Amino acid sequence: MSPPPAAPLVFGVLSLALWEALVRLLDVPPYILPGPVAIAGAFAADPRGLLAALASTLVVTFASLVAACLLGVALAGIMSASRWARAAIQPWAVALQVTPIVAIAPLIIIWVNAPFASLVVCATIVAFFPVFSSTAAGLAATPRELLDLFHLNGAGRWQELRLLRLPAALPFFLAGLRISGGLALVGAVVAEFVAGSGGFASGLAYRILEAGYRLQIPRMFAALVLLSLAGLAINSGLGWVERAWLRSHT
Amino acid sequence: MLRLDGISRRFAATQALENISIDIGAGDFVALLGPSGCGKSTLLRLIAGLDAPDSGRIIWQDGAPPRPGEIGFVFQDATLLPWASAAENVALPLRLRGIPRASYEPAALAALARVGLDGFATARPRTLSGGMRMRVSIARALVSRPRLLLMDEPFAALDEFTRHGLQEDLLALWRELGCTVIFVTHSIYEAAFLARRVVLLSPRPGRIAREIANPLPAEPATRLDPAYAALVAEITAALRPALAA
Repeated sequence: MSPPPAAPLVFGVLSLALWEALVRLLDVPPYILPGPVAIAGAFAADPRGLLAALASTLVVTFASLVAACLLGVALAGIMSASRWARAAIQPWAVALQVTPIVAIAPLIIIWVNAPFASLVVCATIVAFFPVFSSTAAGLAATPRELLDLFHLNGAGRWQELRLLRLPAALPFFLAGLRISGGLALVGAVVAEFVAGSGGFASGLAYRILEAGYRLQIPRMFAALVLLSLAGLAINSGLGWVERAWLRSHT
Repeated sequence: MLRLDGISRRFAATQALENISIDIGAGDFVALLGPSGCGKSTLLRLIAGLDAPDSGRIIWQDGAPPRPGEIGFVFQDATLLPWASAAENVALPLRLRGIPRASYEPAALAALARVGLDGFATARPRTLSGGMRMRVSIARALVSRPRLLLMDEPFAALDEFTRHGLQEDLLALWRELGCTVIFVTHSIYEAAFLARRVVLLSPRPGRIAREIANPLPAEPATRLDPAYAALVAEITAALRPALAA
């Protein structure tokens, strides 16, 4: 028997009820752990401010996701066109991937003097790798027989890229895009934390920092819930795009 | 049509082909028959110009190697573009050569009809059976009316019944179109049924061990002819020393 679609909802509601009950029964002070009701109340107290902050974070997220796609696809394309380029680029891409963004974000925020651009640069660095590496894998996985067929019929490089390599790599790209979407949000929030502690205020991460300084813990949780919901929406939205594409194109 | 003159090809430590010489006339149906690893597929790629021999020459009758579209190639798998319809897949060779849509569309539909797939123009490969996908692949190879058709174990992955149907249709197409066919296979039955000339290759290094002519009529009834069984037996017997050597 397949699980009912409402299963996650039921589990969520039960967990929230248990959480609220424990907080009330054990009399946990709200500055240690607020209950769901207090968190919802904190959101209701200032929905406009929190949603504006969410919008600001989402703008950074989408801008960096677009930048990561453009950069990732372009670099993957260059790497598939030339073995020299592959050898030259690959280790640097990995180096960028394994360097923790928290460690380089302060530098980027100093170097890139515009606050919005510096956030986008940081989030792009975080989001770039999955879309880049899966596109590169997709471009490299083109079946040899199809490449032979293209050569036999005198196809040029551009035809090969446009009619064969790119469409063949698209499912790989979409799988990478879904991971990158989540990472872009993570990158945006990390960058906002670093920038926010430097006094630049706009996104949800700054609201979390601010609420923490003021011991408004329920508001902090409300911001966190918004972040989780945004992450879920990005993930399922991109998952929907991926499935819709696969349905209509294979 | 073409002559192979002392072709050799080596991959690292393996001598894939050694001193292959053979004449292939226009309209011939030649089977290259041999066990796995005897270099049959390599030979096909060399003829197609997808690979170059280490020594020896391929001499084309008209002096120049064939231009794009003059060779049709059918691979072991159907190797269709999964995101394109059957007609788009068949039209691909014409499209790649810059032929306008107004010409390639009717040509693709005609090629599909020729392999018995009229009505499937808009079908995606995944909705077709293995045998139908191979028919699309054959239509794609025939769409540019090639003078030479190279086939690399095209029916090896199909079930026996589908294979028989496709073999018979291929013979009919060959008689109708009059093109030259070089057909790689490891099936003795298939080689004896299809080819007018069965060329036996021995493995490691790949050499031509023998050639056996097939005098039987190229038609479905041949399968039931005792002479067909005798030909299969003759080829089987001839392969023994080739395999032992």
